[in-house]
Amino acid sequence: MSKLLMFEKPVGMRDTLPHIYETKRKLKEAAEMEMRSWGYRFIETPALEYYETVGEASAILDQQLFKLLDQQGNTLVLRPDMTAPIARVAAAKLLKERVPLRLAYSASVYRAQQREGGRAAEFEQIGVEMIGDQTISADAELIALLVSVLKKAGLERFQVSLGHIRFTDELFRQILGTEERAEHLRRFLYEKNYVGYREHVKSLPLSSIDKQRLLRFLDLSGGPDCLEGAADLIEDGAGSEAVAELRNVYERLQEYGVAEAVKFDLPLVSHMSYYTGLLFEVYVDGVGAPVGNGGRYDHLLEKFGRPASATGFGLRVDVLIGALEQLVEEEKTHCILFSNERRIEAIQEAGRRREAGEAVLLQDVAGVEDVDRFTESCKSVSFFVGKAASGRDF
Amino acid sequence: MSMLTIAMPKGRIFEEAAALLREAGYQLPPELDESRKLIIEVPEENMRFFLAKPMDVATYVEYGVADLGIAGKDVLLEEERDVYELIDLKISPCYLAVAGLPDTSIDEVAPKIATKYPNVASTYFRSQGEQVEIVKLNGSIELAPLIGLADRIVDIVSSGRTLKENGLVEYETIVGITSRLIVNPVSYRMKDKEIGQLVSRLSDIIAEKAV
Repeated sequence: MSKLLMFEKPVGMRDTLPHIYETKRKLKEAAEMEMRSWGYRFIETPALEYYETVGEASAILDQQLFKLLDQQGNTLVLRPDMTAPIARVAAAKLLKERVPLRLAYSASVYRAQQREGGRAAEFEQIGVEMIGDQTISADAELIALLVSVLKKAGLERFQVSLGHIRFTDELFRQILGTEERAEHLRRFLYEKNYVGYREHVKSLPLSSIDKQRLLRFLDLSGGPDCLEGAADLIEDGAGSEAVAELRNVYERLQEYGVAEAVKFDLPLVSHMSYYTGLLFEVYVDGVGAPVGNGGRYDHLLEKFGRPASATGFGLRVDVLIGALEQLVEEEKTHCILFSNERRIEAIQEAGRRREAGEAVLLQDVAGVEDVDRFTESCKSVSFFVGKAASGRDF
Repeated sequence: MSMLTIAMPKGRIFEEAAALLREAGYQLPPELDESRKLIIEVPEENMRFFLAKPMDVATYVEYGVADLGIAGKDVLLEEERDVYELIDLKISPCYLAVAGLPDTSIDEVAPKIATKYPNVASTYFRSQGEQVEIVKLNGSIELAPLIGLADRIVDIVSSGRTLKENGLVEYETIVGITSRLIVNPVSYRMKDKEIGQLVSRLSDIIAEKAV
């Protein structure tokens, strides 16, 4: 590698300049307020965690973790998501106080990126976790909250795609018999390789009816009608329970008045092993990657020694900003330029204006090289320069 | 209906892909074939095409600047992009193969493999239990064994003529290749109606041709 130039930053790291900062702040405030008004309490956790605990429990692939060593030689990770740290805190502490727990976070997470540009290695996520509630009401609440947060953030065209991993697992188990074969097929879905899936199904030693069932599974997406098709594909058992859950959650989303933002996508497999029930991804028109995802993860808490069901979602603040039509205009400030003779007057004037809620910038004129250029970006300017008795406004 | 942006591969695959779209009933202007323009709008079909290097098609689609693309399976294997591989268009069939000079064995200490597909080649040899050194070339791969740059090459073979003309033989076939319709994951949801229609029209014509 060539010698680093002084302006360079590590791959995937980004600066937030003032106008983007303002857009981000507004967006986060809107989202946080909505989450708070649904009774979610915000928490913070450290940026560094042990690799052996949070690092291993996290849903993020090992090669995406930033690892470092502490002075005792323990391997640490920069937290790759917030779900695992929150599970740690919940299992160790908060679940003793109150169940179910409704927690929220807004924090930076870190994922090493090996490919070329455009992918952030540090980005903010804002999300919620509901721990200790296994009901469908909990899943429905989350999706309703998600829709509400996106609306409050100013987004109009978005879609939540809803799947159910137990349906997929049960269908594959019924037809294929072994977990190994099911995993093989599930991987095609995870990799979004429908061509490979179809070819693999055709090559399997199955009856043509079973092959048809597996092939028709790929078409199970769209409105609530596709649940009929799903129910036809599956024999009774865990799979039909999953269909019932999907139906149930959809009814509740209708009650919340947000069902039109939701479509089913039964072949959706957003992680190979993490989710245990309903799962979803959120898409916004105009950005190439999902803005967020979530679902039920009933096995994570037991890794931290206290089994509990849990469900949650996380939104990527950077992708959301990319989806917003326009950035917030930076608020311009009033500017007071003063010379030494009238310093006290200027300070008092600034104090009065700030007291009244205005942002005021106070600048010694001797420190400015080019007054016109400096005041260009100000909302208005008053001068306290020379020996006159009062400030002139411009 | 929102407009669909489609990334088309320049060169070998282009003609067959354009023919397939026309067979599926899409009215593509003749200028698509001849033009040097990189972007061609087809307002009648509410579509926009752009021409890209075949190896880059999946990149455009992953980033979402194209909703759909037509890419060879070789590109998808090499690039491992996060896109939906929806249908096998069954056009431009060929395969990836290992080739070299006849009756030669590969270097025991540090076998060198020249290829345009470093990812595919490395994965393949690892799956065979062999550690090789990859030399990435951008074209005229057949040259490498002839002038002693590499013991073997990994490349696309369609008729096998280029290999034969250069006195090379195939040692192993890695995988069969055809072109695929790929879709950006967000477009797949946000433009599901338009994409669904395209997919069903293409699937029908492909099924018809297979009979």
